[in-house]
Amino acid sequence: MSKLIKAGTQQEIEQFLYNQSEMLDTRRWQDWIDLFTADGIYWMPADPADEDGDGIPSIFYEDHYLMRTRMKRLDHPRAWSQSPAPRTSHLVSNVQLDAAASTDKELVVRSRFFTGEIRLDKQRHFVGSYTHYLIPDGKSWKIRLQRVDILNYDAPFDYVLQVWL
Amino acid sequence: MDGQSTPADKILLEGLVETDRVHKDCYVSEEVFEKELEHIFYKSWIYAGHESQIKNKGDFTTFQIGRQPMILVRGDADNFHVLFNRCPHRGAMLTNRHMGNAGHHFICSYHAWQFNFDGSVHAIPSPAGYDDTRFDKNDQDACMKAAPRVASYRGFIFASLAADGPDLETWLSGAKAAFDDICDRAPEGEVEVVKTCFRVVQKSNWKIFLENQLDALHPSITHGAAGRAAADVEEEIKAETGQEAPLQYHYLSAFTTPIYKWDGLETAGHKYGHSMLQGYMGLRPKDPDTLEYEAVMEKAYGKERTDEIFNTNIHHVLVYPCLSVQSPLQQLRAVRPLGPNETLTEIWHFRLKGAPEAIYRRSLHYYNLVNSPSTMINADDLYNFWRCQQGLTSEGGDWVSFHRNEGQDYHEDGVTTSVTGLSELPMRHMFTAWAGYMKGEL
Repeated sequence: MSKLIKAGTQQEIEQFLYNQSEMLDTRRWQDWIDLFTADGIYWMPADPADEDGDGIPSIFYEDHYLMRTRMKRLDHPRAWSQSPAPRTSHLVSNVQLDAAASTDKELVVRSRFFTGEIRLDKQRHFVGSYTHYLIPDGKSWKIRLQRVDILNYDAPFDYVLQVWL
Repeated sequence: MDGQSTPADKILLEGLVETDRVHKDCYVSEEVFEKELEHIFYKSWIYAGHESQIKNKGDFTTFQIGRQPMILVRGDADNFHVLFNRCPHRGAMLTNRHMGNAGHHFICSYHAWQFNFDGSVHAIPSPAGYDDTRFDKNDQDACMKAAPRVASYRGFIFASLAADGPDLETWLSGAKAAFDDICDRAPEGEVEVVKTCFRVVQKSNWKIFLENQLDALHPSITHGAAGRAAADVEEEIKAETGQEAPLQYHYLSAFTTPIYKWDGLETAGHKYGHSMLQGYMGLRPKDPDTLEYEAVMEKAYGKERTDEIFNTNIHHVLVYPCLSVQSPLQQLRAVRPLGPNETLTEIWHFRLKGAPEAIYRRSLHYYNLVNSPSTMINADDLYNFWRCQQGLTSEGGDWVSFHRNEGQDYHEDGVTTSVTGLSELPMRHMFTAWAGYMKGEL
């Protein structure tokens, strides 16, 4: 059993995940980016069978600098499709600490999400699962890798995703 | 499905296209859309897929020609077929998958009729039931219907639902350059598809997408935010790491290229509505990866031919009406019209056979950053397309303007060349072909 899993870890991690999604829903991009380690990656595979996003097609595969690029675009006054800005609401649930996959240095957490988005008077939904690879950071955690498996990975996207899910 | 215009069509189509402007009905009318399917999509050659998608017997991929659901399938090593995805018995689709392997035959899930990959009947259960009936399993009505014509050019397969018309190479004319450019950049002269297909639906007419591809006036305006963001981060990477930012940031920041620079480029229109934008963002850096790649190319082709290949300098080729090809980045987008207001794009990229992995990654980065469903670039394009479609349905005006640099195009040897990269020549050129197809003259 990973030394990182203690009494109270479950609740702590749940709060961490809720906090992360709250940052997206309130458009606090920099706070959200700061949750990642310096070499942290946000990855949405194009295929659930993929084990590593490096060097293969992915829906998202972003390090700090690409996240920063995305943030700067979102905040730019001439990001035309951000006017009006889409609104989202994330629900994160089914949070499970993966004891078998975790080590003494890294906690692996699986959860599921359901996100609604309002854009141009239309509603969209996105569903799928998160796998967070978390490193202890003082009293909190940093994300080394967040893997997002979206259910409709191979179905046509109605419009595109401008923001991380 | 022949392209002969009837008198009724003539009335419908009368006056829609002028030399410098087109009527909004070209984009929003259901009736015009149906005529486009009949006269353009069911008459020209439509992109089906790449030979490397169907390497083994029974490998198949599905796609649409207009409203027609088609299957591209590998038969024996030296042949492939394009069939309607319909069982001749009761009409069920033979497959509902995008790609896969059918084994030895297509087998219908309803009554187990089995078909060979050329569409002919392999077996029908309880055949005695057809004794003394009019049914003949060798009759073409018993077979899966095949597209009348299928051909490939350098591995890129097209199908036509018209039995007659120009052969594929004649029809491609100047647009062959797209496939030559992709393949020639491979030391082995061939490319291999990467089997991920991103699919994105645009809430706009298929022509708006094609027009935008060669619209050099739009990038710095539509994509100013994404380009500026990437340019900022390029600077930050340099300041924070002391190294130049990776090339993928340049893919994005190049979208802020000021309008005057696009002015110096050139667009060309070829027969059957194909067109291309020449000149590129200077993709011949001198980093170690590029030098290694150039060395492999020189070994394969010799120095002179290698220089010729790298100096081809194509930005974008439109194969009218079905494809947008970015040959130096080894990607293409197939355009599948779903209705006057809705278009599906299928986005593919390719590996250059024999090229170093680092060169593949350049293509991959463009695929992931510019063409994927998380694109920071097309997010603003699709939004503009939607706004165009919305505005065009209004009664606020009848015309779409393509006047820019009209009357200044050069015509030589069947190719029309623009006086500036900012000219609206590609739009005028596509509509000249559009009118030709619709009148049954192409």
